Amino acid sequence: MILSRWFPAITVMAMVFFAGAPLMIARAPYESTMGLVQKIFYFHVPAWIAMFSAAFVCGISSGIYLFKGKKLADHLAVAAAELTVLFGLIGLVTGPLWARKAWGLWWQWDARLTSALILWMIFVAYQLLRQYGGPGSDKLAAGMALFGMANVPFVYWSVNVWRTIHPTTNVVPTLVPGMSEAFLWCSVAFVLIFILTLSARVKLESHRAAIDRLYLSLDD
Amino acid sequence: MMRLALGKVKDVRRRKNYITTLLVILATGFLQTLTASSQNLLISSFTPLVVHVAQTQPAQDEFVPIDELPPEDQLPAAPLLIAAYAFAWIALLVYIWSLWRRLGLVERELADVARRISNRSGGA
Repeated sequence: MILSRWFPAITVMAMVFFAGAPLMIARAPYESTMGLVQKIFYFHVPAWIAMFSAAFVCGISSGIYLFKGKKLADHLAVAAAELTVLFGLIGLVTGPLWARKAWGLWWQWDARLTSALILWMIFVAYQLLRQYGGPGSDKLAAGMALFGMANVPFVYWSVNVWRTIHPTTNVVPTLVPGMSEAFLWCSVAFVLIFILTLSARVKLESHRAAIDRLYLSLDD
Repeated sequence: MMRLALGKVKDVRRRKNYITTLLVILATGFLQTLTASSQNLLISSFTPLVVHVAQTQPAQDEFVPIDELPPEDQLPAAPLLIAAYAFAWIALLVYIWSLWRRLGLVERELADVARRISNRSGGA
């Protein structure tokens, strides 16, 4: 309800941030060893931030649905799971494009990349379960979402425990001026688009449930 | 029930308008990215590399053909960068378009149910 009131304002803000993103990225300084290709970072990491946020929203609301049985929590979980898949896909595609130039290979089966892929596949499985699972699949999918959410800190921290060529979590806090502004700008843009699409998707799910109720009332 | 259904139709219609506007802006931003990146990045991409080479490498005694460099150094960065940004923009645009389309379907279905309810209440 509160989000509905703020929907136009958030839409305008998201437009401003996405329209300004190319300029901020173009103005950001070049990284010394990777040069131009490092600029993929400004969409790659914010996509993962949005993906992790979506996974947390999905996991928490699935927990609420499992233990309290609130339908709105289930609608939120379905919406967030779809966005987890979307933002995860952006991260999984932009990462290898960056790696091809920076590392000389598209993919490496290290802890970070593999666990991120597994996390994404958990939420794809959630979608498939909701789509084709039949009656009772909502509770099963909610359990799966909890497992997916539990995987998020592991994915984030894996890069510090098993050192590979993937940069550590220390990169973002130590960004130089110019890079940090562009990164922050793009992160805000992604968070705003996440909030907007989540809100619209929850509404869609609520309206579908309302249609079902109306059909039932027509039958009675 | 009728008022609820009509209210939901209006709500969906308003939200759909916002999403349409967002879709237009995202499409504009995507085009802006393509033009800005192809112009701005092509011009400026050589400068820092030249400066970097001048600062760190000794004077060159001979020319080295590009095919003698390691494979990762021969690969141009711009196509990968443009591909990454294009994919991100297109994925977001397609998702928002699909959301807009699904909201449209729900709107039509809600209007249909509202009409049926009004017909029934009118007939009763």
